[in-house]
Amino acid sequence: MQLNKNIAVSENGFIFNPVSGDSFSTNPIGQEIINLMKEQKDRKEIVKILAEKYATEEAILEKDLADFFQMLLSYQLINSHD
Amino acid sequence: MAKLSYERPVIQKLNTGSMNKFGTRTEYAPVSHIEGVAVKDIIAEYGSPVFVISEPQIRKNYQNAVRAFKTRYPKVQFAWSYKTNYLNAVCKVFHQEGAWAEVVSIFEYKKALGNGVPGNKIIFNGPDKSEEDLILAIENKSLIHIDHFDELYMLIEVVQRLKQKASVAIRVNMDTGVYPMWDRFGFNYENGQAWNAINKIMSHPELELNGLHCHIGTYMLTASAYATAAWKLCDLALNVKAKWNKPIQYLDLGGGFASANTLKGSYLQGPDIIPSMEDYAEAISSTILNFGFKQNELPTLFLETGRALIDDAGYLLGSVIATKRLSDGRRATIMDFGVNLLFTAFWYNHKISPAQEFSHHTEDMVVYGPLCMNIDCIRESVNLPLLSKGDQVVVHKVGAYNMTQWMQFIQMRPNVVMIDGQNRVHLIRHKESLDTMLQYEHLPQHLEKFEL
Repeated sequence: MQLNKNIAVSENGFIFNPVSGDSFSTNPIGQEIINLMKEQKDRKEIVKILAEKYATEEAILEKDLADFFQMLLSYQLINSHD
Repeated sequence: MAKLSYERPVIQKLNTGSMNKFGTRTEYAPVSHIEGVAVKDIIAEYGSPVFVISEPQIRKNYQNAVRAFKTRYPKVQFAWSYKTNYLNAVCKVFHQEGAWAEVVSIFEYKKALGNGVPGNKIIFNGPDKSEEDLILAIENKSLIHIDHFDELYMLIEVVQRLKQKASVAIRVNMDTGVYPMWDRFGFNYENGQAWNAINKIMSHPELELNGLHCHIGTYMLTASAYATAAWKLCDLALNVKAKWNKPIQYLDLGGGFASANTLKGSYLQGPDIIPSMEDYAEAISSTILNFGFKQNELPTLFLETGRALIDDAGYLLGSVIATKRLSDGRRATIMDFGVNLLFTAFWYNHKISPAQEFSHHTEDMVVYGPLCMNIDCIRESVNLPLLSKGDQVVVHKVGAYNMTQWMQFIQMRPNVVMIDGQNRVHLIRHKESLDTMLQYEHLPQHLEKFEL
C-alpha cells in the first residue's frame, strides 16, 4: 500500500496532490500513518505500531484505519488499500 | 511509559471560496458539567440517554420574565403552560415562583389540581372539553376559555342545569400580520365571530365574561405581532365596556415567545434573531397602557409563555453508539437518542456539544438517532469533533415540548433528573421498562400458545 507518486506531505499535516491540484489537512495521527506508509509499512504493522503507542484497542485501530484508507482512496491519494 | 490518548485519524479536503461571507461554526467547546455536576457522573448514575433539568435556570428565566413585564405594567400574572413540560417537579418550580396553571386537557387539569393549584387559579384552554370536564371546572371556579360555539352552547346548557355561574373568556384569533395566521382556535376578530360570541355570552347572566384570550402563534420572531394582538383584545374589551358597562378583568396574551434555539432553515442563529423578553413586554404593555382604559379598570395581563421559560433549562445527555461512513463519503454519527426523545429536532438545529475534551480537529457529519427508521435524524449537517463510540454529548435547549411529545417508539423513555440550587441531582421521572409497556396490554386467550 503506497501513496501515489508526487504526493507532498508537510510537517504540519498539509497534503498536496499535484495531479489533481487538491489540498488536504490531516490530524497528527493521520500524518503519522502517512509517514508509516511512506516507510513501506503494511496495514498490520501500522496497527501494531499505533497500538503500542496509543491508549486504544487494536480492533478500534483496525476499524479507524480502514475508514482512513477508504478516504485516501476516495481522494485519489492511494490506488488500493487491500 | 503511559500510552498517549487516542484520536482517530481524519483527512479532509481543503476548499477555498466558501458559500457565504460567514465562517462555518464549530461546536467543539466541551460542556463537561451542568450546574456544577459532571456529565459523566450523571450518565454513570442515571444511564444514557438522560434528560437533565436545571431548577436554577427555570427560576432565573421566570424571574427575568416577570421583571420584564412587571416593570412595565402594574397587573401581571403568569400561568405555567402545562403542555410545554408537565413533569410535576417542573410545574411545582413554576408554582413556587408564583405561576398559575394553564392547561389544555382534563388530564393536565387534574395534574394541576393534584399539584395543589387552587381551581380558581387554573386557566382551562383548548378545543376539547367534555361536559364532565366543564362541570368540574365550574365547580372549581376555574377560568374557562371557550374555543368554539359548540363548547359555548354546551356550557350554557350546563350552567343553566347546575344553576351555577361560570367564569369565562373567549379565545380570539386574528390577523397580526404574521404567517401562518392561527385561525383554528377560538373565534375570529376580523369577521365579527368573536363579537357574536361575546354577545351570546353577555345575554346569559350565568356566564361571567371576565377575560379575553389569544394565542397568536408559536416561536414568534416579531414582538410587534403582540402589539397588534393586544390592540385587538383591548378594542373588544372597551366595546364590551361601552355596550354593557362591564369592565373586562383580564387580557390573556397567551404564549409563543421564542426560545434561543435555531429554527431549521434559518440563515442566522436563534440567539441573534429572537426578540428579548423586554421586547415582547414593551410591545404588549405599551399597547394596553395607551389604549384608553380608566386607571382603575386596567385589565390584569395574563401570560402563558412556556417555551421561552423552560427550553434552555433542559439538556439531553447521550452517547455515541457508532460512527460510520455514508456512500458519498460523509461521516455519520449514531447517537443513543433520536427523534423519539427529541421531537423538537424536527423544527430546530439543536446545538450539540461534546462532554469531553477533543483536539481542534473537527468534521462535518450527519447525526442520527438509534431508531431503525429513516426519519430518525437529529442534525443533517453539523461540524463536531472526532467523536467515537462511547463519547458523551450534551444537547442544549431541549426543555420545551420534548418531555411531553416524546414517543415510546422502538425505545423506551429514559430517566429525567433535576439539578437543584445546591447542585443536588434528583430523579424526577423514572425510565420506562418492558413492564411499563406490558401492563397496558391484554392478550386474548386463544393467542397464548403457538408452535414454530
